[in-house]
Amino acid sequence: MRTQPTDDAASAAVAAREETPRKSRTKPAARSRRGRVADENGRRMPLWELALRYTLLLVMLALMIGPFLWQLSTSLKGPHENIFSSPPSFLPSDPTLHNYERVADTIPVWDYALNSLKVAAANVFTNCVGAALAGYALARLRYRGRKAATLVFILAMLVPVEGIIIAQFTTMRDLELNNTLIGVLLPGCISALNVLLMRNAFLNLPYEVEEAAFVDGANVWQRFFRIALPAVKGTLAVVAIFAFMGAWDDFLWPLIVLSDPDKFTLTIGLNYLHGTFANDERLVAAGTVIAVLPLIVLFACLQRYFFRGVGEGAVKG
Amino acid sequence: MKSPAAAAARTAGRAAEGPAPQKSGTGPRAAAGRRPARRIRRQLVTSPWLFAAPGLVIVGVFILYPFVSTIINSFTDKRQLVEGKYVGLANFRELLHDDMFWIGLRNSTLYVLVVVPALVVLPLLLALLVQKQIPGITFFRSAFYTPVVASIVVVGLIWVWMLDERGLVNAVLEAVGAGKVGFLSDQWLLLFSAMGVTVWKGLGYYMIIYLAALANVPRELHEAAAVDGAGPVRRFLSVTVPAVRSTMVLVAALSSVAAFKVFSEVYLMAGPTGGPAGEDTTLVMLVQRTGTGLTGRVGYASAISVVIFVVTVALMLLVLRADRKEDA
Repeated sequence: MRTQPTDDAASAAVAAREETPRKSRTKPAARSRRGRVADENGRRMPLWELALRYTLLLVMLALMIGPFLWQLSTSLKGPHENIFSSPPSFLPSDPTLHNYERVADTIPVWDYALNSLKVAAANVFTNCVGAALAGYALARLRYRGRKAATLVFILAMLVPVEGIIIAQFTTMRDLELNNTLIGVLLPGCISALNVLLMRNAFLNLPYEVEEAAFVDGANVWQRFFRIALPAVKGTLAVVAIFAFMGAWDDFLWPLIVLSDPDKFTLTIGLNYLHGTFANDERLVAAGTVIAVLPLIVLFACLQRYFFRGVGEGAVKG
Repeated sequence: MKSPAAAAARTAGRAAEGPAPQKSGTGPRAAAGRRPARRIRRQLVTSPWLFAAPGLVIVGVFILYPFVSTIINSFTDKRQLVEGKYVGLANFRELLHDDMFWIGLRNSTLYVLVVVPALVVLPLLLALLVQKQIPGITFFRSAFYTPVVASIVVVGLIWVWMLDERGLVNAVLEAVGAGKVGFLSDQWLLLFSAMGVTVWKGLGYYMIIYLAALANVPRELHEAAAVDGAGPVRRFLSVTVPAVRSTMVLVAALSSVAAFKVFSEVYLMAGPTGGPAGEDTTLVMLVQRTGTGLTGRVGYASAISVVIFVVTVALMLLVLRADRKEDA
């Protein structure tokens, strides 16, 4: 999400037109000398504008993060604390993990988390392997039917999944895989979007590198594993992260395919918890915190790839 | 992982400087000897399909086949566990007289009409707010993206509690003297609350898309406009908006298709039956409710799905056409 390269390109364009052309490469240094609180022209931002910006940012922060914190706070409030007070009390007076124990007593929440983790991990694996292989075939290998194969993936990407869930369910039942975690995994385990993402990544690699390996006698598997794959690690990471997030967060499909409470994933388990114990807000709050925390941690560690994923696969979601 | 790539790059460099640098574009066969060429050609026939097979099978069996069978099923009276027979357009005729279908169509359409403008404009404003490199801005960007990362179930349940009759929003409203609002009990307030949640969850996602687009807006345009005395609002309307228009079209296309297929937010906030008297049911909820269960009417649910397909395609075409018209 750095604007650096484009900034440089733009300033180069400006420089070309100005009487005293300046080298675009000196730009970042010049900027840092002037201090960071400056706009992209290197002008200092007026103090009132800065104040206004931070005020708006803080308001938005409260709006975007506040609900999560309120949920966390609710989950930490003990049974004797009034969670309905008005004006509301934002901090738990006597923080306790009691509600988390109660969730585990009410529903097998750790089993559900494990189920989610299994599906998500498998989804990462199948998407990375399957999409990389297929993407490589579409981008690099010459064979008859390549255009047709590409078209198949494009069409599949355009199919609105929400519209085909019933047919997916009957297909899964014919395969006797409904009500299993495999059934949850399969429909999205190699997503067409990921295949096309990988294809684009491979297309952007310079062909000469592989050609050289070709000359040296490397076969197609060697070229794939030793040359092409390491060069698209970034896109692969994006695929992995979005595959994990997609599986961990998915709701509609597991809701349809799973009927046995033993096999629930975390999202379905939460829905069940909410449906059965809706009046116990502390309990539901603790459950949601358990479900969301792993992803927030993952996001905090790997932000770069989350943002890149939005740019590359603007079709997700 | 790094060294083979680097080694390969070095090899490539050497090869390019080697005997026939100008041949690099003519394909490997020209440079390779006869024997490896034959071996490689054999690989070129078998391995591509090996490479593509897993993806093709999965996509074929679990996406394209269900898609085709949804369309076929829509002309039958198939039920779960009961094979159907061809009934022509009977399902579609029944749809015309099904109040629930019209409620679903109304709600899903309303969803598009409210959510799409909000998701085209608000994330752009948010992107402008976080565009400037001021201290701490990375933190704010990440924070605004957090709802995107959270599962829709988590987000839905968070807001169910926030908007509860005794929840935070009503506690604040009461504390400032305004009365309680039944966000989750009134049919319309429920639907609009769900729309608000959809927008809230989508803001960060589209903000990132807009940030990438804003980075490509030529700066001299802003400078020229500023020199001409255009204020911030004027500059936004006559410089920023035209420059990111193609991104706005993309966002409109993505968000309208997603909004029409809304399920989870409404399901969680209004309940599986869709709020008071089912008045908050959306089309996908109706598909889910009609088609599942032991007596699920697969044929009828498929007919609703076909309506969803048609509207989805129509929405895309509409957005693209709007784009072209603005071009002219």
